[in-house]
Amino acid sequence: MSNNANHHLMSPAMKMADLMDLDFSLLGVATRMGLCFGFGEATVAEECAQRGIDPETFLLICRVYAIEGYRPTRETLENANLQDIVKYLHQSHAYYMDVVVPELAGALEQTIEPCENRQKKVIWKFFADYKEELSKHFAYEEGKVFPYVEAVLGARKDRQFTIGEYEENHSNVEEKLADLKNLIMKYIPHQCGQQDVYRVLFYIYSLEEDLNKHTFIEDGILVPMVGRMEGHE
Amino acid sequence: MFADLGEFEVCGILQDLPGSVEIQLRTLAPDIIIADPSICDFSSRGSLKTRIAEYTDAAVLAFATQPLEEDILKQFDGCIGLLDPPTAVIRKVRTAMEQRSETPRSEGEELSQREKEILICVAKGMLNKEIADLYNISIYTVITHRKNITRKTGIKTVAGLTVYALLNNLIDMNSVE
Repeated sequence: MSNNANHHLMSPAMKMADLMDLDFSLLGVATRMGLCFGFGEATVAEECAQRGIDPETFLLICRVYAIEGYRPTRETLENANLQDIVKYLHQSHAYYMDVVVPELAGALEQTIEPCENRQKKVIWKFFADYKEELSKHFAYEEGKVFPYVEAVLGARKDRQFTIGEYEENHSNVEEKLADLKNLIMKYIPHQCGQQDVYRVLFYIYSLEEDLNKHTFIEDGILVPMVGRMEGHE
Repeated sequence: MFADLGEFEVCGILQDLPGSVEIQLRTLAPDIIIADPSICDFSSRGSLKTRIAEYTDAAVLAFATQPLEEDILKQFDGCIGLLDPPTAVIRKVRTAMEQRSETPRSEGEELSQREKEILICVAKGMLNKEIADLYNISIYTVITHRKNITRKTGIKTVAGLTVYALLNNLIDMNSVE
C-alpha cells in the first residue's frame, strides 16, 4: 500500500483497530495518548471522544509516524489542538525515560558483561552520558517550553520567552545515539552474546526512529503552531 | 605528450613532497601520480608510495631519472624510464589505471597510521590547534583527517571516538582520565 493511500485511509470514521493495523508504530502513539487496547469495533472518533482527544490531532500525529516524509499543510496545523500535541510530547518523554532507556540500559548491561573491565567501563560511561544529556534535553522542554506553551494558550502576558528561542537543535543527542549505534554495530567485542547485541541494536534503532518523529512533531508542528499564536496577539 | 593523446589530463605538477604538496594531492584527487623517487633521500625512498597513499588512492608510477634498485621499485604500480618512447609510457599508464580499478582502495576503509595518531590525540581531549602543532601540520589538515576518521568509523562525537580508541586498543584507560 502506498503512503498516499495510507494518508487518505486515515479518517476519524475508520475503526481504531484498522488504523493501528496500518503501521505498528501507531500502537505507541495510541498508548501515549492514553487510549486503551480492546478497541472492539469502535471508530477513531469514538475512542478519541472517550479520552477527550481531538481525533484530527491524533490522526495528525499518526500520519507523522506512519507516512514517511509526511508534512502537514498549513490548514491542518491551524485546526490542530495544541494541548493534545503537548500532551503527546510529554507522554513521549515519560515513555522514553521510563520505558525505552531502562530497557536499553538492561540489554546493554547484559551485553557488555563478557567484556574486559576497561571496555565495560568506557561503553557504560558513554551510555550514561547520553542518558544524562537526553534527560537534560527533556527537562528543558518540560520546564521551559511546555509551560510557555500553556501560557500562550492561556493568553497570559507574564512570560519571558518566545518559541523562536526554542529553535535549539536536537543534533547533539542525535549524534550520540548514532555513535552508540555504530560503536555497538561495528566495534563491540566478539565475545558478547549475539542475541544480546541484537536486542541492544533493536532498542537503539526503535529509539532513533521514534526520536526522529518526535523531533519533527516539535519542530514541524509545535513550533509553527505556537509561532502563529504569538503572531496573532 | 599526454595532452596530445586526449586520453589523459595533467591535473597538477607538484614540486616537493613535504609541505603543501600533501594538501594538493588531496584536492587534485588524481588517478595517477608519476613521481621521481630521487626527490626523497635514500632513507625514505622505500616508503614513498606509503606516504603518498596517506593522501590519495591514486596509482603511483615511478619516473626513473636514474637507475633504481629493485626493492625501491617494487612499491610502485609501474616504472617509466627516461628513455621510454611515448607509446610505452601510455601503455604503462593504462596498465596502472586498469589495475587500480580492479583493486579499488586497496587499504580499504581502515584508518591510516596518521589518522590513528590523530584519533588518539582527539580521544585524549586535545584541540585541533594542539594536534596541528604536535605534528607540525596545518589545522586544515587536522580537520581533513578528522573528517576522514568520522567518515570511516561513522563516529562523530569526541566521547564516541574515545570509546572507539579504547575498544580498538589505541589508548588505555589511564590516558582518558
